[in-house]
Amino acid sequence: MTQTIAPPAPHRQVTRKVTEPPVRRMRTFTRPLQYLALLGYVVFLGFPLLFLLSTSLKTPQELQSGDLSFLPRQFNWANFGNAVEKANLAHAAGNSLLVATLTTVVVTLISLPAAYALARFRTKLRGVATIWILLSQVFPFILIVIPVFLVLKQVGLVNNPIGLVLVYTVWCLPFALWMLRGYVAAIPVDLEEAGAIDGAGRLRVLRSIVLPLLAPGLVATSMFTFISSWNEFFFALVLIQDPGLQTLPLTLARFFGAEGQVQLGQLAAASLIATIPSLVFFLLIQRRLTSGLMSGAVKG
Amino acid sequence: MTAIAAPRRRSRRRGDGRDAWLLVLPALIPVVLLSVYPLLQGILLGFTDSKAGLNQTVDFTGVENYTKLLGNDLFWSSFRIGLIWAFGVTILQVLASLGLALLLNLNLRLRWLARTLALVPWAMPPVVIAIMWRMMLNPTYGPVNETMRSLGLPGDINWLGDFSTALPAVIVVGVWAGMPQTTVTLLAGLQNVSADLHEAAAIDGAGTWQRFWHVTLPALRPVIFAITSLDLIWNFNSFALVFVLTAGGPGGKTMLPALFAYNEAFKYGNFGYAAAMGNVMVVVIAAFLFLYLRGQARSRES
Repeated sequence: MTQTIAPPAPHRQVTRKVTEPPVRRMRTFTRPLQYLALLGYVVFLGFPLLFLLSTSLKTPQELQSGDLSFLPRQFNWANFGNAVEKANLAHAAGNSLLVATLTTVVVTLISLPAAYALARFRTKLRGVATIWILLSQVFPFILIVIPVFLVLKQVGLVNNPIGLVLVYTVWCLPFALWMLRGYVAAIPVDLEEAGAIDGAGRLRVLRSIVLPLLAPGLVATSMFTFISSWNEFFFALVLIQDPGLQTLPLTLARFFGAEGQVQLGQLAAASLIATIPSLVFFLLIQRRLTSGLMSGAVKG
Repeated sequence: MTAIAAPRRRSRRRGDGRDAWLLVLPALIPVVLLSVYPLLQGILLGFTDSKAGLNQTVDFTGVENYTKLLGNDLFWSSFRIGLIWAFGVTILQVLASLGLALLLNLNLRLRWLARTLALVPWAMPPVVIAIMWRMMLNPTYGPVNETMRSLGLPGDINWLGDFSTALPAVIVVGVWAGMPQTTVTLLAGLQNVSADLHEAAAIDGAGTWQRFWHVTLPALRPVIFAITSLDLIWNFNSFALVFVLTAGGPGGKTMLPALFAYNEAFKYGNFGYAAAMGNVMVVVIAAFLFLYLRGQARSRES
């Protein structure tokens, strides 16, 4: 990574006489400029988060006083407790947890064999699956959500967490398949063949060789599925009307619509609470996630 | 890998095909029921007068929805806003992410901080991002106006409520929210750019800028092209962020087509008409992608 920037040392000596002025100007000006740009990005990306955190720690009086200093006068944790109580946040978080967990389990269970088949067998399925994965990105949700709404209504699954789980499963599946297929493809076939030669049956090979090697990829994929369904808003907005069944994003959006400036601290606290689970997961898997995305993209 | 496995595969191809189907089946059933079928149904709905409510009869109306749409100025103005939004966000996003990815690829201090921060928006629910930015941009207590005031600039702008600033403000939030995916993808692409080529170019006396233009950019082109297409699709179809930020206001200035179609379907109950809008959106986005793909393929040939 470093060599992309620093030209090799001998070169500098050889060409010093000819190119010294421009090279030195580049050297002295480029580094500070790079740090300045990086600082710009850090502020742009980080400031809103700090602001949210600082708002969540201010008392209602401080927020109303018109004193807009960035740091709260004292850390006031009451907003978090109040938010959980008032906005019915605990209940909504429970709904979200149920839906996201069920979705994750179902997606993992059905995408695992499919991903294995797509990675290992050269059938027509592979082309069909790729086309479907790409197409599923292009079509606007509105085209899918109306018929889904009608179908689920017919079988009584509108206003029902199970209906939401079904929709999320199908919605998360393309990406989960894409990631998992990459992880499977990264496991050498030779290992499986060695196992087979040693006399292990097909299932035994899958259980004792493929599954352990696939575990990290499986964790990353399922966490990604969990976060996607935990954060989802549009399908929940259409399919859930009963306030008692609302997921966290729905409750937050309603809470925001209903409350004025007085509740700002609580709203910020509630927003943070809704973000924390996915944030923790995300920071845990960030490396694996990127490598998984890439292996999915690179391995044909 | 393929060479080794090929003979085995040939000898048991029939069994493999059946196995593959069996393995894919559990995923296939929900996909057909809740993705393929609804999609086809949705496309068909666009040619009917389907409405919400019980005991509605659905009649096939052919292109009536589309002739009606042609005269619907509100829809086309929403369409124009959607295109400005999608292209604005995508272009700014790719440029900003390219800059960030280049910086993250250098050996700078505090790189870890920027790298982590760049990923955070990905983990945040769009609803929370929208709530956060509504607070940021609030005309009275928002820190954006506060900063402008302390710099001696007009500090009473109602960013999300003013006709002229609403769309640009929403686009900035869109860039913030979508930077992670683009940055991560570009960074991964950058790390695949051959260091040898860079060294060779440097030895030949190419400066930083020249190396970026003649080595990095050409190597990165497939990645840039792929992520731009995806960003464009995602942004054109995006819903939650703007729904919570402005709900399409003020005066429809940020009414993205997805929001417009949602209102048509679930506020006014015109399912058929809304599906017709969806069909138009697909056709337009597909046309843009086709032109972009073709342009890309041509420039690669030359």
